[in-house]
Amino acid sequence: MEALEKLGKYSLLLYRSLRSLYEVNTYKKNLVSELLKIGYESVPIVLLTGVFTGAVMTIQTAYQLDIAFIPISVIGAITSESLLIELAAVITSLVLAGKVGARIATELGTMRVSEQIDALESMGFNSVSYLVLPRVLAGLIMFPLLYIFASVSGIIGGVVAGYLSGALPPAEFMSGAREFFFPWDVTFGILKAFVFGYVITSVSCFKGYYATGGAEGVGQSTTQATVLSCIYVLLADFVLAAVFL
Amino acid sequence: MIEIRNLTKSFGSNLVWEDVAFDIEDGETVAIIGRSGCGKSVLVKHLNALMYPDSGEVVIDGKNVFDLEYVELRKMRQRFGVLFQGSALFDSLNTFENIAFPLRYFSELDEAQIKQKVEEALEMVNLAGTGDRSPAELSGGMRRRVALARATILQPDFLIYDEPTSGLDPQTSDEINQLIISMAENLNITSIVVTHDIHSVLKIADRVAYLEEQKLYWHGTVEELRKSDNKKLIDFITASEYQIRS
Ligand SMILES: Nc1ncnc2c1ncn2[C@@H]1O[C@H](COP(=O)(O)OP(=O)(O)OP(=O)(O)O)[C@@H](O)[C@H]1O
Ligand SMILES: [Mg+2]
Repeated sequence: MEALEKLGKYSLLLYRSLRSLYEVNTYKKNLVSELLKIGYESVPIVLLTGVFTGAVMTIQTAYQLDIAFIPISVIGAITSESLLIELAAVITSLVLAGKVGARIATELGTMRVSEQIDALESMGFNSVSYLVLPRVLAGLIMFPLLYIFASVSGIIGGVVAGYLSGALPPAEFMSGAREFFFPWDVTFGILKAFVFGYVITSVSCFKGYYATGGAEGVGQSTTQATVLSCIYVLLADFVLAAVFL
Repeated sequence: MIEIRNLTKSFGSNLVWEDVAFDIEDGETVAIIGRSGCGKSVLVKHLNALMYPDSGEVVIDGKNVFDLEYVELRKMRQRFGVLFQGSALFDSLNTFENIAFPLRYFSELDEAQIKQKVEEALEMVNLAGTGDRSPAELSGGMRRRVALARATILQPDFLIYDEPTSGLDPQTSDEINQLIISMAENLNITSIVVTHDIHSVLKIADRVAYLEEQKLYWHGTVEELRKSDNKKLIDFITASEYQIRS
């Protein structure tokens, strides 16, 4: 019952943001700053995550495939495909659920409990269009881009780790990666990133926008926002795999 | 005119008040008093539909605000200025931008005109020269005054003040009371003032509404308040007097 009520409130919030899509003047400034915060400011952590994921994948795959009659270029193929199809999107999103989700929930939650959202509404302002819409839009736009960053840095990490550990030379890695490259993998990865970006920003906005109960309440909303974002990202990942693969 | 009709509000199983009904005439100043937690803030949030009741109506110029479509509701809300209990300044913006905010979105003024208006407003609340400070760099009383400047910048028809003087020293309180009075007189604003402070009430209000026992326990003019022999009301007033003297 309570879950249904929450789902209703969540849907209503998103419906209200969608309906205010035409109020570009209300949200354009916030959209720009959110694009920077969600996109630009996440680049370092995304690159770092990508590089290490690719490196670890390569070393572990090399270890698992240490069998004479398998060509070593397969290591490159497996690493790059796993990155493109799953890891670059999921691991990046789980990291960003903490970074982006927590920030959004705290910002909106603080605005809620200090009556700043009421102040916006009382001026005749559409607070949803001002606060929620630009954050969700920025997530939809930026997560696919970050996915590409993570993929590229992951492959670079894989190449370097393969070379440094002596598992395989860069040329072998790349030829394996190229041989097993399917454009669909990238399309699918981008679709995932798009969905995860939506899940994380919308859940965090929802938790923050409806926060109650002072500083403690904001803390709770933030925790819930990050935990729920992670859970829903994993769920969405499963659903997408079941539907599209 | 604002007509409050048989308003009832509860949060879950917790009844705040029921059957609250009274009118607020144009140009008058109504004080809403009552002990902490009796639902004063909740009541004023119904006037511009920041909260919705379980039942009842708030009628402004013949229209029930709870029936309005969002687009109409937003137009109606622009007729209100609200000074929130915690000031509710936007902490991502500095003082100047907080006051300029409504102008930027709801007026046709150009940058120079906005600058002039905001500076006038800052002067009005005795804060000239603090435009570039962030809300975090202001004291509670200063924040309250910035919020007041922001709430009045579009010259609303109705002004809601939620505890404008609580937690302030007597002199600053007095300054704010003077501002409320001059605002009501000079701009002919209808004011709704939530307060604990009986001295403010006597100074600024035309009429008083007293919330107690989960209903509108008493309402009448300030004259009637002075003469009232209602036990609870007298207790409430003398308790505040006692607080002031001790
Ligand atoms: N958003 C909310 N959710 C649930 N309960 C609420 C909410 N807002 C207020 N209440 C409850 O409604 C009652 C009235 O609260 P309100 O803030 O109106 O009191 P108040 O008269 O303004 O008190 P104070 O003088 O301390 O500001 C309280 O019991 C409070 O717990
Ligand atoms: Mg209150």
